[in-house]
Amino acid sequence: MIEVRNLRKSFGSHMVLEGVSFQVAKGESVVIIGSSGGGKSVILKHLIGLLNPDSGEVVVDGQSLAGLNERQLIKVRRKFGVLFQSAALFDSMTVEENISFLLVREGKNSPQEIKEKVREVLEMVELRGTEAKKPAELSGGMRKRVGLARAIIYRPEIVLYDEPTTGLDPIVADSIDQLMLRVCRRLKCTSIVVTHDMRSARRVAERILMLHQGKIYASATPDEIFSSQDPVIHRFVNGISDVKETQFLI
Amino acid sequence: MTTLATRWLADWIEGLGNLFLLTLEVFKSIFSQKVAWPDVIRQAYFIGVKSQSVVLITGAFTGMVLCAQTYFQFHKVMMDTATLAVVSVSMCSELGPVLTALMVAGRVGAAIAAELGTMKVTEQIDALRTLATHPVDYLAVPRVLAGVWVMPILTLQSIAIGIGAAYLLAVHFLGIDRTYVLANMQHYTERIDVYMGLIKAVVFGAILSIIGCYKGMSCGQGAEGVGKATTEAVVYASITILISNFFLTLTLNKVFDVG
Repeated sequence: MIEVRNLRKSFGSHMVLEGVSFQVAKGESVVIIGSSGGGKSVILKHLIGLLNPDSGEVVVDGQSLAGLNERQLIKVRRKFGVLFQSAALFDSMTVEENISFLLVREGKNSPQEIKEKVREVLEMVELRGTEAKKPAELSGGMRKRVGLARAIIYRPEIVLYDEPTTGLDPIVADSIDQLMLRVCRRLKCTSIVVTHDMRSARRVAERILMLHQGKIYASATPDEIFSSQDPVIHRFVNGISDVKETQFLI
Repeated sequence: MTTLATRWLADWIEGLGNLFLLTLEVFKSIFSQKVAWPDVIRQAYFIGVKSQSVVLITGAFTGMVLCAQTYFQFHKVMMDTATLAVVSVSMCSELGPVLTALMVAGRVGAAIAAELGTMKVTEQIDALRTLATHPVDYLAVPRVLAGVWVMPILTLQSIAIGIGAAYLLAVHFLGIDRTYVLANMQHYTERIDVYMGLIKAVVFGAILSIIGCYKGMSCGQGAEGVGKATTEAVVYASITILISNFFLTLTLNKVFDVG
């Protein structure tokens, strides 16, 4: 369904991706892990054409995104739902207006149908009764839920999650994990999650891709990753830093 | 030093190219996509209604100061009754459109750049794109259409209040004869002067809104990026308005065969 071929991307002189290649099958739930600033979100942005690679390509359902202009990309993006790290809700709109944004713009559904769909997805993310609230009135976890509701209301084939649990307390983070699993089951969609939250990765992944030094370092099941004795993987999943022991002169 | 200058020139040319591409995309979108008229009306309210006080005060005091200065000079050569004619022609073809545009660029251009810049840094523009919406269709087109639509109205208001205030000053405070000052104004002010002012207003409306959108949508990261985009939007829009005014004056005078 999604194929990434030898993706390279640099910002100025800083090379972020140095030949990333992987495939994601239809219906699969893949988690990309890696250090902060390592290029995980950059990969995600390439999958929907928000960034253009220096070289390499992304192929979605057999169609390469290379060379497509913004208007041609709109058709491809309709297959995706994206939950941003900051939720990226439109702060001038209410929760209901945020969630129904695409349906209203497309104009294919009646206002009553749109209202019904908004109610349905809000129920799915357990946020009934928040339709009239503005994003500023919501907590971090609620904002992520609304962001997810907005991403799934039009039933996309692929849902991308960018750091869905970052900045949330463990209880709320757990509820977001449960929500991702529920959405995956209900919509039978493909999920790609970018995270450095190992607990979350273990829970939602069918396969984990580890990004290290601009390349896919490992691709394996969660059990294989978490029991790996490879020093790079072992240190990352167990959160062991590489700080050298301080040597005092006195 | 040479490297810095080369980079600055390259950035400047790149910026100009991107601005041109955005302008092209806006016009392509207007003619090929469905325009969201409720958004246009919302923006027209923001640009037009919310700019009333700024435009009216600027217009009134510009008219009065021009009237006073003209009177002080004309009085020396006994041409008092031509005072309002000078004010009228200047307000219609130059000061009305230019000063209105500069004031609106300061208020609206900055606001557009700040709003879109904040949307950019908080990933709201990326969110729009993932929701199968072209940012130009949704963000730029309503603002540009509203700017082009509202600026002539604001300019007309500015001209009217400028001439009105100048008339009151001339007749009630400077003691110029009411009948002759009005007759001279009507004699020397031609329709062409008003048309020129309105055409300029349309162009300035497009300039300030497109530059505001461009600076906002291409702003750098964080609060610093938004601040810089806002400042640059006002500065670039103001400079572009002043430069284009010169060329518009020359071109329109040729087109309308004035003088």
